[in-house]
Amino acid sequence: MTGLSLELLCMQLLTGIALGSIYALLALGLCLIFGMLNVVNFAHGAFFMVGAFLGVYFLGITGNFWFSLILTPLVTGGLGLITERFLVRPLYGRGLDYPLLLTFGLSYVLIEAMRVTFGIEGLPSITPEGLGGTVDVGIGTFPKYRLFLIAATAFIIFAVWLFIQKTRYGLIIKAGAADQEIVKVLGVDIAKVWLLVFGMGCAIAGLSGILASPTRSVNPEMGIPILAESFVVTVVGGMGSPAGAVVAGLLVGIVYSMTSLFFPDLAELSIFVLMAMVLLIRPQGLFGKAGAMG
Amino acid sequence: MNAFFQFIARHRLFASILFLMIFPFFMPYEALAINILIFGLFAMGFNLLFGYMGLLSFGHAAFLGIGSYLTGISIVHYSLPWGTAILIGVIGAAIGGLIMGFLAIRTRGIYFSMVTLALGQIVYYIFYKAESFTGGENGLRGVKVETFSILGIPVDFLNPLTKYYIILFFVSIALWLISRILNSPLGAVMEAIRENEKRAAACGFDVTKTKLLVFVLSAAICGLAGSLRALHLSIVPIDSLHYLQSGQAVMMSILGGMGTFFGPFIGAAVMLYLEDIVTTFTKHWMAVIGLVFMLFVLFFPKGIWGTILSKLHINQDV
Repeated sequence: MTGLSLELLCMQLLTGIALGSIYALLALGLCLIFGMLNVVNFAHGAFFMVGAFLGVYFLGITGNFWFSLILTPLVTGGLGLITERFLVRPLYGRGLDYPLLLTFGLSYVLIEAMRVTFGIEGLPSITPEGLGGTVDVGIGTFPKYRLFLIAATAFIIFAVWLFIQKTRYGLIIKAGAADQEIVKVLGVDIAKVWLLVFGMGCAIAGLSGILASPTRSVNPEMGIPILAESFVVTVVGGMGSPAGAVVAGLLVGIVYSMTSLFFPDLAELSIFVLMAMVLLIRPQGLFGKAGAMG
Repeated sequence: MNAFFQFIARHRLFASILFLMIFPFFMPYEALAINILIFGLFAMGFNLLFGYMGLLSFGHAAFLGIGSYLTGISIVHYSLPWGTAILIGVIGAAIGGLIMGFLAIRTRGIYFSMVTLALGQIVYYIFYKAESFTGGENGLRGVKVETFSILGIPVDFLNPLTKYYIILFFVSIALWLISRILNSPLGAVMEAIRENEKRAAACGFDVTKTKLLVFVLSAAICGLAGSLRALHLSIVPIDSLHYLQSGQAVMMSILGGMGTFFGPFIGAAVMLYLEDIVTTFTKHWMAVIGLVFMLFVLFFPKGIWGTILSKLHINQDV
């Protein structure tokens, strides 16, 4: 490994963190919904894909990245609200598999909807103005957009944390996740909280979609592998643990990019092997509580 | 009518095989009938785990794919006889099921679905990357079986109807196995686990071992479906390992009726027949099946066959 410098390793680490940011956001959205509603959203990858499409589309017609960065999660969040209210809600109390199955069907519909609207080829991804090119980070040059990606993710995660830890609504969400019966008894309309949380999860998925769109090709199938990868992150981090989602997201991103440096052929495989190892050694995930998997 | 169904209920294996013997004559062309036969078996193997034990696996494409690829590789690279190739496919899928099951049954509930999905993707990437053996992205080509002889009688495998009945022979063995399992004490334990896992354990049944055993059996049956598919298509597409293929088994089971004996086959028949018709006038098949599936999950969770059975007050074991 003579040609391998410390700089190169650090750069690859940074690339991994940028990739991991997307994973962390996706897993955070999944985790919010799961922790609260006990629902695994199988359409999460599809919401990510819709977010990427809408992001590129809004950027194209308005020319303003910041505007589309706000509008996109609002739309995917709105879609999430509709999904929860009319599709998922009738299934509560009917077994945990049903919402999962329903959202799996929904992902098919969303993929096809994007094919009809934007064509099967997808859209060319655009790097927003002012965030293109590279910047010198001391050890070498690094794409400016990826640095922005890391910063934006950190900001979003901090905002979600602040919302859950420091606001009245966050308190209700936490209480609802811990014991929904008591929250109901205290006079909180838990159905509204569930609606809000599902919408939030989908908004975050859409947000990760638009953030990821300049770094990958935007096509109707882009959410399909992403769903499997975000499950890996969730399993590694531990189901229902937001901290686990973030840490595992970064870890998975780093493992992916490090493996692609040394063994490019095994990059996709590496994160799944990481998951299998975690399952063997610590089945509840790094941050999961024992017995909290059922 | 009811007496007729009661008769079927008592002799489900015999009735199923009889139905499958005349089935190709109701289909527009034989290749579709063969496809339905194979995917019907795939869905029934999956249903053993999902419908009867309540474990929703999203990784069963791995077993369909392992069965297909191992059978295909045995024929293409090692020129083994087709019977041996099928056996290798089934055993390979069972071993795959043992490894995957060992990891996955450490988790429960919806977590199990996520883990099986991700583990299935491992198999997908392994076969995808082992290009020299599997053909990678293009799939494995040239799984040619044209003629062979059974007990000295030459058989033309290219004749679609002959092919159907040869495949039906293997499917019938699998159906007998499934029916036998469901009638055995093991079948009762499976249903007990589905209804209440803790109580089943409290009754002294080894839940973990039962889960693993059924996982392996289910994998082997899906592997057989895969082996037969390789012979039928004479290629192995890489998509047969993808988790969307697992999703197809899930959809077929729900559409037909999970937890019924013959429901998954009905689901496979309806889905593939519908696909055959719909794709002639629209490209947007995924939207159609996605919507149909969502409607079934919302309003007919018992599926077509399950709803018919419960309307006629027949137990769901048909």
